[in-house]
Amino acid sequence: MASEQQLSAIKGAKVLMVGAGGIGCELLKTLALSGFKDVHIIDMDTIEVSNLNRQFLFRQSHVGQSKAKVARDAVLKFRPNISITPYHANVKDPEFNVDFFKQFNVVLNGLDNLDARRHVNRLCLAAGVPLVESGTTGFLGQVTVHIKGRTECYECQPKPAPKTYPVCTITSTPSKFVHCIVWAKDLLFAKLFGDKNQDNDLNVRASDASSSSQQSEDVFERKNEEDIEHYGRRIFDHVFGYNIELALSNEDTWKNRNRPRPIYSKDVIPVEPVSQNGNQAKNLVAGNPSSISAMASLGLKNPQDLWSLKENSAIFLEALKLFFSKREKEIGNLTFDKDDQLAVEFVTAAANIRASSFGIPLHSLFEAKGIAGNIVHAVATTNAIIAGLIVIEAIKVLQNDIKNYRMTYCLEHPSRKMLLMPVEPFEPNKSCYVCSETPLTLEINTHGSKLKDLVDKIVKAKLGMNLPLIMHGSSLLYEVGDDLEEDEVANYAANLEKVLSELPSPVIGGTILTVEDLQQELKCSINVKHREEFDEEKEPDGMVLSGWTQPLAVEKNGKGSTDNGASTSRVSETTSLVMEDDDELQIIPAQIAKKRKLSDISSAASSDASSFRNEAKFKRKAEEADNNNDVVMLDGGSSENSKKKREQ
Amino acid sequence: MDGEELTEQETALYDRQIRVWGADAQRRLSKSHILVSGLKGTVVEFCKNIVLAGVGSVTLNDDRLVTEELLSANFLVPPDETVYSGKSLAELCCDSLTDFNPMVRVSVEKGEVSKFSADFFDKFDVVVISSCSLSTKQSINEKCRKSLKRIAFYTVDCRDSCGEIFVDLQNYIYTKKKNDEAVECLLEYSSFEEAVSVPWRSLPRRVSKLYLAMRVIEKFEELEGRIPGETSAADLPKVQKLRKELCEAQLLDESQIPDSLLERLSEGRREFPPVCAVIGGILGQEVIKAISGKGDPLKNFFFFDAMDGKGIIEDIFRQKS
Ligand SMILES: [Zn+2]
Repeated sequence: MASEQQLSAIKGAKVLMVGAGGIGCELLKTLALSGFKDVHIIDMDTIEVSNLNRQFLFRQSHVGQSKAKVARDAVLKFRPNISITPYHANVKDPEFNVDFFKQFNVVLNGLDNLDARRHVNRLCLAAGVPLVESGTTGFLGQVTVHIKGRTECYECQPKPAPKTYPVCTITSTPSKFVHCIVWAKDLLFAKLFGDKNQDNDLNVRASDASSSSQQSEDVFERKNEEDIEHYGRRIFDHVFGYNIELALSNEDTWKNRNRPRPIYSKDVIPVEPVSQNGNQAKNLVAGNPSSISAMASLGLKNPQDLWSLKENSAIFLEALKLFFSKREKEIGNLTFDKDDQLAVEFVTAAANIRASSFGIPLHSLFEAKGIAGNIVHAVATTNAIIAGLIVIEAIKVLQNDIKNYRMTYCLEHPSRKMLLMPVEPFEPNKSCYVCSETPLTLEINTHGSKLKDLVDKIVKAKLGMNLPLIMHGSSLLYEVGDDLEEDEVANYAANLEKVLSELPSPVIGGTILTVEDLQQELKCSINVKHREEFDEEKEPDGMVLSGWTQPLAVEKNGKGSTDNGASTSRVSETTSLVMEDDDELQIIPAQIAKKRKLSDISSAASSDASSFRNEAKFKRKAEEADNNNDVVMLDGGSSENSKKKREQ
Repeated sequence: MDGEELTEQETALYDRQIRVWGADAQRRLSKSHILVSGLKGTVVEFCKNIVLAGVGSVTLNDDRLVTEELLSANFLVPPDETVYSGKSLAELCCDSLTDFNPMVRVSVEKGEVSKFSADFFDKFDVVVISSCSLSTKQSINEKCRKSLKRIAFYTVDCRDSCGEIFVDLQNYIYTKKKNDEAVECLLEYSSFEEAVSVPWRSLPRRVSKLYLAMRVIEKFEELEGRIPGETSAADLPKVQKLRKELCEAQLLDESQIPDSLLERLSEGRREFPPVCAVIGGILGQEVIKAISGKGDPLKNFFFFDAMDGKGIIEDIFRQKS
């Protein structure tokens, strides 16, 4: 039970929750039961069927409604006398500015993406409001406390970057199913149904690259009056047959690899029409584009089944046909969406045919959807545990009980007998560009790069700014906002297209730029260094930012592919090591866990959580000595040790 | 498994968790039957977790009439006397849980759990009991052990900001992945009676103080004939006296069971909702593991104390002589 002091801290607190999803539902419930009286909750999402297995405040009848609002109503049913204020909105909206954040005693995050987490981190730092941050994946989870100047901020430690793969692995030398998915989704699907003006590396370059790329330019266009069946087979044969033959002609590539097998549609499915037996009518009745399904047309039901090459090929052709016959208007504007059944079917089939060609094991639609959609693995129990831990930390924060703040890991396998492992928070990272004022250094070709490149690749992508403003001395080079005059907008638009050294206030080597986000109240300086050349493969942005916390898997889906792909396997291995699940994964990757080992232990003397009360010091020391052999362990192999003891 | 497939509806609803434990495990879950007795906050959390996970059925047992205190950590029942008056806790929780997941059968079993016959338990794959005395824990555990099929037995108790889970899976065989190969493992569990009779001096080194303190309180309630959980600060002197006796008999230094901890445990009748969430979550996870055969189950005690934030597993095992 909570003590009197705890209760009064709880009752007087005004709390902001960001996210009303898996963790959010559990958190709102636990806050209400614990006696919190004033909770505000922001979530832009609406409820989906796949939420219902764990977001227990929602019911089938709520599908499509605002999570924040439904969560509020559900909790008021068992705690009618508290105040819950829902916002069905994006936390990045300008209304949620620093002043908005300042009204709260503590902010609790139950978010599912890196971008929003960074944004909230900055607003909390700017507003001086403590943040309790959380994340879960499967049985793993963690809760951390971030207090400006006291503990590290959310961005003090590197975060895993979204996983990307070298282009040549995707276009020429896939070795894992995920490579086939990326190819099917980002290249083939995008080429056929997406924006035609986007760059696309779908076509393999043959030894004499120029001639083949020219003639294949229109291959993907459906010719006037071309029969859809014929078109589908032509695409099939081009990408699974001809392109593979072309790749095979690059003998060097296959010296140390298995040679792929070209697949032609007529060899898998005889040219006679496949499935015209009255199924067309069924799809017409369906009407709603989301219910158009190649699986349904072909009578395949279970998404967990593994389809044969023949079935995959039939799905491929059928899905393509359905896109062109039933969803023609969308072609040219489609982007892959994991909730678009037909898109998932097409991508699954295409990935499987390609996998079959390269001797990679095939996967079910269910599995393929998980990979293609970066679906977070989630269970209710972990979310409930994490929500409980968040509330425990929040209560300490409200009492300003600094020395007892902990970050807690929820583990799948015990470490030092612990399934829930508290660790003393780390100190702020002195070179963190977000919470300290350390300047950054940018190497860039000031005579070649445009301001637009700088804004897109650095200010937005790397620094995560939402509404940036760029200044050189006292002159404004760029700014975004609703309140700009027309001439300003035109002026900034013109600047974007200018090369740095040709800006009204030229940016050259030695220039110090100030980059600021007025909403996040984050300001940092960038020292510009001029550099002529960049390595296309290693530095695909054509510029290098240093002094910021570099994401772990930085290999970019670079443009400068080579055909031999010599270094690719190394890259994809590190990538998969770090990112088993999802780019929103919050769990500390093994590398950091190792890095943290030393600091954990060295701080253990003061941090050992069991030293809480009046236990003798020597006991702590003894414990510490015993505890040294372990480190935060995730799902990895080293946990075997602790299990052996229990195998009797 | 036996070839029965999950329905489309099940696949859509359970999509995210099937990605964690697989379709086979989900099928096993949907065929499992669970008995739950003693519906305070922690157990309510547990029920929510397993109903969401999609077990086959949950049978609730708790004839107590609802009071405000019983609802202090309960999110299933609105604190409105016109709704709850005259109904038992189990009945009220049942109405609300049914709503969480229409695919799970939730029902009420009236009666005193300690009086249920041994064959009554045969209907279940998992039995979870809470808020009951030492002797009830032991006798139900024995009834489960006598059944021809293996019934997974759990006790769970929360006091103040502390919680304890006990697990008895008898002889439990499961497979786990080791370097991509499936390896069969055997875990041997002690019954509750066997486990708590392990001499304190033979306990694992640095055993959780909570383990010892819980045994003192449990014994105190048993000797005084208290309703489980119904102790107060006024009992502290007697509890301390019992600690002294037990420690002397077990040749253990009394300082191993600090006053502050005993004080918290004897006063803490009201549950602390964040701890209910944590313990109910861990228990849910363990039950899911035991039913699905996926993952290493914990053996055989789990302790959590919000004061230090540690969630600790203790293996307190009695070698059979
Ligand atoms: Zn920082």
